[in-house]
Amino acid sequence: MHQAALLGGMIHDASHYGWKVAQPLHDWGKMAEAVQNHVKSLNWGHRVQLQDRKVKYFNFKASFVNPHMVCGVSKGGEETLLSADHIVIATGGRPRYPTHIEDALEYGITSDDIFWLKESPGKTLVVGASYVALECAGFLTGLGLDTTVMIRSVPLRAFDQQMASLVTEHMAVHGTRILRGCTPLRVEKLSDGRLQVTWVDLASDKKDTGTFDTVLWAIGRVPETRGLNLEKAGVRTNPNTQKILVDAQEATSVPHIYAIGDVAEGRPELTPTAIMAGRLLAQRLCSRSSDLMDYDNVPTTVFTPLEYGCVGLSEEEAVARHGEERVEVYHAYYKPLEFVVPERDASQCYIKMVCLREPPQLVLGLHFLGPNAGEVTQGFALGIKCGASYQHVMRTVGIHPTCAEEVAKLRISKRSGLDPTVTGC
Amino acid sequence: MVLDLVVPSPQGTSWGLGGTCVNVGCIPKKLMHQAALLGQALTDSRKFGWECSQQVKHNWETMTEAIQKHVGSLNRSYQRALREKAVAYVNSYGEFVEHHKIKATNGKGQETYYTAAKFVIATGERPRYLGIQGDKEYCITSDDLFSLPYCPGATLVVGGSSVALECAGFLAGLGLEVTVMVSSQLLQGFDQEMAEKVASSMQQLGVRFLRKFVPVEVQQLEKGSPGKLKVVAKSTEGTEMIEGLYNTVLLAIGRDSCTKKIGLEKIGVKVNEKTGKIPVNDVEQSSVPYVYAVGDVVEGQPELMPVAVQAGRLLARRLFGGRLEKCDYINAPTVVFTPLEYGCCGYAEEKAVEVYRKENLEVYHTLFWPLEWTVACRDSNTCYAKIIYSKFDNDRVIGFHVLGPKAGEITQGFAAAMKCGLTKQLLDDTIGIHPTCAQVFTTLEITKSSGLDATQKGC
Repeated sequence: MHQAALLGGMIHDASHYGWKVAQPLHDWGKMAEAVQNHVKSLNWGHRVQLQDRKVKYFNFKASFVNPHMVCGVSKGGEETLLSADHIVIATGGRPRYPTHIEDALEYGITSDDIFWLKESPGKTLVVGASYVALECAGFLTGLGLDTTVMIRSVPLRAFDQQMASLVTEHMAVHGTRILRGCTPLRVEKLSDGRLQVTWVDLASDKKDTGTFDTVLWAIGRVPETRGLNLEKAGVRTNPNTQKILVDAQEATSVPHIYAIGDVAEGRPELTPTAIMAGRLLAQRLCSRSSDLMDYDNVPTTVFTPLEYGCVGLSEEEAVARHGEERVEVYHAYYKPLEFVVPERDASQCYIKMVCLREPPQLVLGLHFLGPNAGEVTQGFALGIKCGASYQHVMRTVGIHPTCAEEVAKLRISKRSGLDPTVTGC
Repeated sequence: MVLDLVVPSPQGTSWGLGGTCVNVGCIPKKLMHQAALLGQALTDSRKFGWECSQQVKHNWETMTEAIQKHVGSLNRSYQRALREKAVAYVNSYGEFVEHHKIKATNGKGQETYYTAAKFVIATGERPRYLGIQGDKEYCITSDDLFSLPYCPGATLVVGGSSVALECAGFLAGLGLEVTVMVSSQLLQGFDQEMAEKVASSMQQLGVRFLRKFVPVEVQQLEKGSPGKLKVVAKSTEGTEMIEGLYNTVLLAIGRDSCTKKIGLEKIGVKVNEKTGKIPVNDVEQSSVPYVYAVGDVVEGQPELMPVAVQAGRLLARRLFGGRLEKCDYINAPTVVFTPLEYGCCGYAEEKAVEVYRKENLEVYHTLFWPLEWTVACRDSNTCYAKIIYSKFDNDRVIGFHVLGPKAGEITQGFAAAMKCGLTKQLLDDTIGIHPTCAQVFTTLEITKSSGLDATQKGC
């Protein structure tokens, strides 16, 4: 859906590049059908793969009966008992609903629902400051929908805060209404079917209302551990987060029961991490290897309209860990070449490399805000895994003209106070 | 002081400060490539729900005007930068008359003489002509294409270089009928498996390839903007002759160094007779100690703008800044901006085999389907990723190749990783960013030697 929104932007650019096209309308239903069909083909693909590998697939809801036995309940209510030597829990998480708002479940939707809507969500209020909230708000805006994001305190809490504010600044400049420091109090359904939301500005204590077609809750995710009867197996969870406690081998408090993915405590909530953890676990269980998962320096990308790719430490984490005197931050504001013809605003296109100050200046973190951030960041994440230093990156010849080369051209440090805007070709 | 007068092309095209990249290379090329990609985006957008009309036409003049506007702004920004650093910019053609002395001739023919302690030659190259009847009169080159005041129409691109394929690619993407005539190899010097895949992806877009032919004569049948040209070509393998009619013939058969008419022989700067390039040592010094050379004129270095810029910058620092750092040319990454982009760093597979021997190498590869292509219903088995490891030192990555969207953005970081000594283990240990094309490299499982199917399955 992010791609659909980006394409809308490209259509706008195209006319500047000579294409004779008027800005078209967007048909949500057509997009949704195409997206849903693709997802279904992936569902099918997974089933085929399981079959090919002779893995039995039971469409059951499972819970523990004892440490070695699981009870599976089918859609029709039939129960089946299954026992195993090893059990892996990978039940993930589900979106959280606000507990203090009456009828939040009935009147609001979540990311579980938005991708399956057959009709356009219309004018939407997204509540939340997570990347889910910002990504959804971003593509809804890009598809031409009137979109508001309500953020209680800071956007993208776990991320570098300078980058987070550039992300939201870009969204605000490009048509998303952002309500900072506000929290919803009530949602009521109006006679015409629309939703009236009342919220309070936490700083001024002033109340306000707005009318929306859709309210999307994106205030975090809860791990799917409640229905598992973990206590029957003796599997311990973190009482605050409800996530399952695991060790470096992904084993829970019960040696033959493992947990991977979003349901496990202290793990990045990312697909490729879960996949790799699962793969390595399988290899260890079959005695093929003893490799453990390395959770350090996991790269990720926030797919907001202007994408944010990052790997390693945020600037604040680096400073907290090493002290400001021992950290050097190189940065640049750059303009993607493709932006010049359609005169797109590049004010938030920004790169920051956080390094140790001491030579050879080990790279602690890289932050890239711009188009195709995921594609840009991946290779550099490898570099960081290889122990890249600022020297290494600077000795790498740039690929011209790309946005990624600007990483290899970073020269201005924050400490110097010089203007970090890139000039020249 | 900077001396930079551009000798007009046979078609009369000239340009301002900034060299090939800014005026008739990377910059306008990438912008035209972007224009073509946007055409493809228009097609894709319909599948994503945008109600775009079916037949969208492209206006060449709108595009070139916008591009030239940007090029002009770059020319001016370079002039400003020179002024700010108190560097005299003399729009004249420089040539050596004796040691430490040059003659500068401006556009009006006025001559001035300058002396200096040190000289840097960065005169670059210009497109080569075929040396056949009608080539200079009727054919254009990349020097002319980016500011052509009219749409080139049905175009014959002669050559198999990256310039040839990039131009052919974006012309086809803009809706023009394009034929590419190649006398021998495509993308000579590049990995040939990848070169063939690039060609194949272009054929999928409607570009016609005439392989193993070379033009022998170009005739003008009709004048116009564009006119109509007849090209007679001969097979390089036999006696077959073919004829074709085109609106434009674009020659992209290579570039020649601008070292012949700048008086180098007067001061004894050694020039390679065959290539016309200037051999230098590892501090960019020619055979004459006070004369340095950077960029495309230099022998044995990649013809890439960032290489030239880096070399020049480090040279300045060594000459005046008391620094010692030399330019590191090893593993300079490069990208061919064909409609489906090809990025690479390190060895081509055939070169790796030559240097390391097949048994000391392992090649991992996979086809991949960008997520954005799924809904757009574009082919699932076109994009391709390949890594070459040397079994010698710890399975170090010595070759990286990717054919796919945004190959440039992908390749840059991998080039940095290779500088740090990227190995297979580190690649396998790194988590992919999901969903991207680049992540495909973190899950490469299939080796060429296994003979297994390299198509991707699942998410």
